[in-house]
Amino acid sequence: MNKVETADERIDMPITGMTCAACANRIEKTLAKQPGVNHASVNFATETATVNFDPAATNIDSLVETVRSAGYDAHPHSMGDGDEDPLEKAHAEEYATAKRKFIVAAVLSLPVLVIAMSHGRIAALNFAGVNWLQLILTTPVVLYSGRHFYTGAWAAFKHRAADMKTLIAVGTGSAFVYSVIATVFPSWFVTSTHGGGHSVDVPVYFEAAAVIIALILLGNLLESRAKGRTGEAIRKLVGLQPKTAHILRDGVELEVATDAVLKGDIVVVRPGEKIAVDGVVTDGSSAVDESMLTGESIPVEKRAGDEVFAATINKTGAFHFRATKVGKDTALQQIVQLVRDAQGSKPPIAKLADKISGIFTPVVISIAIATFVVWFVAASPEVRFTMALVNFVSVLIIACPCALGLATPTAIMVGTGKGAELGILIKGGDSLETAHKLDTVVLDKTGTITKGEPSLTDVVVFDGFDESQLLRLIASAEASSEHPLASAIVAGAKDWGIELTRAEKFNAVEGRGVEATVDGRSILLGNERLMQEFRVRDSSRASDALSSLASEGKTPMLAAVDGTLVGIVAVADTAKDESKAAIAEMKRLGLSVVMMTGDNKRTADAVAKEVGVDRVIAEVLPEGKSNEIKRLQAEGRVVGMVGDGINDAPALAQADVGIAIGTGTDVAIEASDITLIRGDLRGVATAIGLSKATIRAVKQNLFWAFIYNVIGIPIAAGVLYPVFGWLLSPVIASAAMSMSSVSVVANSLRLRGYQDSRRA
Amino acid sequence: MDTTEIIVILGGVGLIGLVLWYFFGERESVAAAVNAGGVQEIGVTVKGGYSPDVIAVKRGVPVRLNFYRDETSSCSEQVIFSDFGIARDLPAFKTTAIEFTPDKPGEFPFTCGMNMLHGKLVVE
Repeated sequence: MNKVETADERIDMPITGMTCAACANRIEKTLAKQPGVNHASVNFATETATVNFDPAATNIDSLVETVRSAGYDAHPHSMGDGDEDPLEKAHAEEYATAKRKFIVAAVLSLPVLVIAMSHGRIAALNFAGVNWLQLILTTPVVLYSGRHFYTGAWAAFKHRAADMKTLIAVGTGSAFVYSVIATVFPSWFVTSTHGGGHSVDVPVYFEAAAVIIALILLGNLLESRAKGRTGEAIRKLVGLQPKTAHILRDGVELEVATDAVLKGDIVVVRPGEKIAVDGVVTDGSSAVDESMLTGESIPVEKRAGDEVFAATINKTGAFHFRATKVGKDTALQQIVQLVRDAQGSKPPIAKLADKISGIFTPVVISIAIATFVVWFVAASPEVRFTMALVNFVSVLIIACPCALGLATPTAIMVGTGKGAELGILIKGGDSLETAHKLDTVVLDKTGTITKGEPSLTDVVVFDGFDESQLLRLIASAEASSEHPLASAIVAGAKDWGIELTRAEKFNAVEGRGVEATVDGRSILLGNERLMQEFRVRDSSRASDALSSLASEGKTPMLAAVDGTLVGIVAVADTAKDESKAAIAEMKRLGLSVVMMTGDNKRTADAVAKEVGVDRVIAEVLPEGKSNEIKRLQAEGRVVGMVGDGINDAPALAQADVGIAIGTGTDVAIEASDITLIRGDLRGVATAIGLSKATIRAVKQNLFWAFIYNVIGIPIAAGVLYPVFGWLLSPVIASAAMSMSSVSVVANSLRLRGYQDSRRA
Repeated sequence: MDTTEIIVILGGVGLIGLVLWYFFGERESVAAAVNAGGVQEIGVTVKGGYSPDVIAVKRGVPVRLNFYRDETSSCSEQVIFSDFGIARDLPAFKTTAIEFTPDKPGEFPFTCGMNMLHGKLVVE
């Protein structure tokens, strides 16, 4: 509830039950008609009503009543910090109910199990009404604990669909109904098999109903707990966005729900607060922890004009920012949507499992009916009905479409969620599977392997001229130049801790270099032609150093002071600190690493040697990059291309897997299959490694789920009976079934422990 | 073979046929209506399945499917249109709109997260 210090009071309350925009209009009109309501607006998309009202004339309870009378529901207290998410609460309630149902089922089915397993060996249990006792114990298990299986199966049946619940309902239902009839009218069965009316024991299978329900409920509990953890990464991400924000409206600071922040609002951020929406800093400055979005652990400095993002945490400073992206447009929500879509997609290897799971349940029901028929015909007349029934139930119960259904999505969910945690966004199942098959990775040189801008690499001096003195003079001379090489020298001097002085008479000599006067000394910096034109003394002594620097792929410049050549400085686009380790890691994954660049071969080779790539493709025109990828693919390679996502878009699209790197929070890049939010090249190996691990988990899960059903169903049907005399009791079948889906989910959860190679 | 056995065999075979027909047989499709905004819109209730479960739409016209999930059963908590790369969580007792524009004709299945519930979008 959010109060505004004006004449009226304002409340934002979530509305449930709306199905269309017309509902929103209806609620809006009904609310507006109420006495005391100054203004009411209902947002269908965010399912929220915002009402300004006069607290003297009406109150929140009567507003809620108004909404209810219109046929919807309002939840005025579920917004704001301390309150739980209503959805989360619903899940918690559901879990509590399931647990209660399980406890009831477990307590009541235990004695039923003891009676059934004793087979008359425990004398105290051989009393006349023992079947009636079992009936009394089992009925609540079926009607209360197992109720949702039957209602769920019926709902599916009406849609001509069948699922897990159908199998459980038919299985336990048949066992229960038969047992009830056998208890109430034992003579029906006695007459048909023995032809006499004496009161022999008619077998009942109450335990098959009661214990199965208890075990399956236990399995469901374990599964839902484990399954809850598979989506944890994304839930954590969503949970990072604060529920409220402080905004300035008409100079008044007020706290509003995050959903109510509009584009253009000025948001106030205090030290330690989470940022609610995306925007641009207008005043103030601070460091912001963006690790939750980018995986980068070092806080980022923010000042006026810098972008800030929802869900990141402000550290020490305070600032105001103007909201530019709200609601679903924030980088956070886009990341979440991307990952959710990926989690719903399936890799091609799962397609077969999909085909099977789509027809699974009706086929299993058919197999169960066939089992019943075969046993009824083959077994001896005294036992044929009960044998047929027990095996019919076993087949229905052991079959587990859940394990098949969970095999792929749980692994993909954990894998992509883990990726998001590490700043790696994977587009979908196809991307995952192809990334798993990659054998070649092509890296763009500039900006991917190297920093993308030149930096000072060498300072060579002659005749004992002082290095830092030389650097001070030439950097001061270059300070007023805008050439990229000049900024490299100036930045280099700053790294050396050198204070610059003002240059006079600065003159850029087109295509040759610069001349300037620093501290009264005349400075020349440029190529050999500049030196010749100015008749610099001793200009020939630099030639050895020049050619050796050039062979290392650097750009050397000659420096003369007062007409004498005194040294050489060289700049180069150097490799990023982590490039070498990143490439080594890719090779460790068995990938062959290719560097592609528009630079000349000499420069390219020098960088290639430094970072250890296997192959260099140099002098490629920007538009030729995708052709080079095609050529590599023609060699039979499965190629991943790593590039910046904008200039390299065609090459990324041509590659089997396009990996956009360093996109920052601008994640909606279409051409890429994998997006690395950070510019760190080590993310490539992590992404490929994670893809391999995820696909491996999918394969293991599918294998497990297939094998389980392929072996389990025939055994339950009794195919081993003629040879070994083995039959599977429905109780064992239900335990096996429950464990199979739990084991699949547990296997997927192992991916949560995947190690980030950047931190290893 | 006694009479009961013959009845059981015939009954079993008939029942299997019935099961397969009931679950895999052809279904009727419902066409989405075009609203004032030029969007083909239709409501789909999710409760143990999708109603309607076969939806006919026209190619090249934006489609909005309003899924109302009328249950808490975990089976239906997600709906997936794999051909369109769409996966959405469907919160219980809420309407979730899914929007896209089909650009090629054909039949595109949609399923729940575990592929137990089935529906089909027929693009004409």
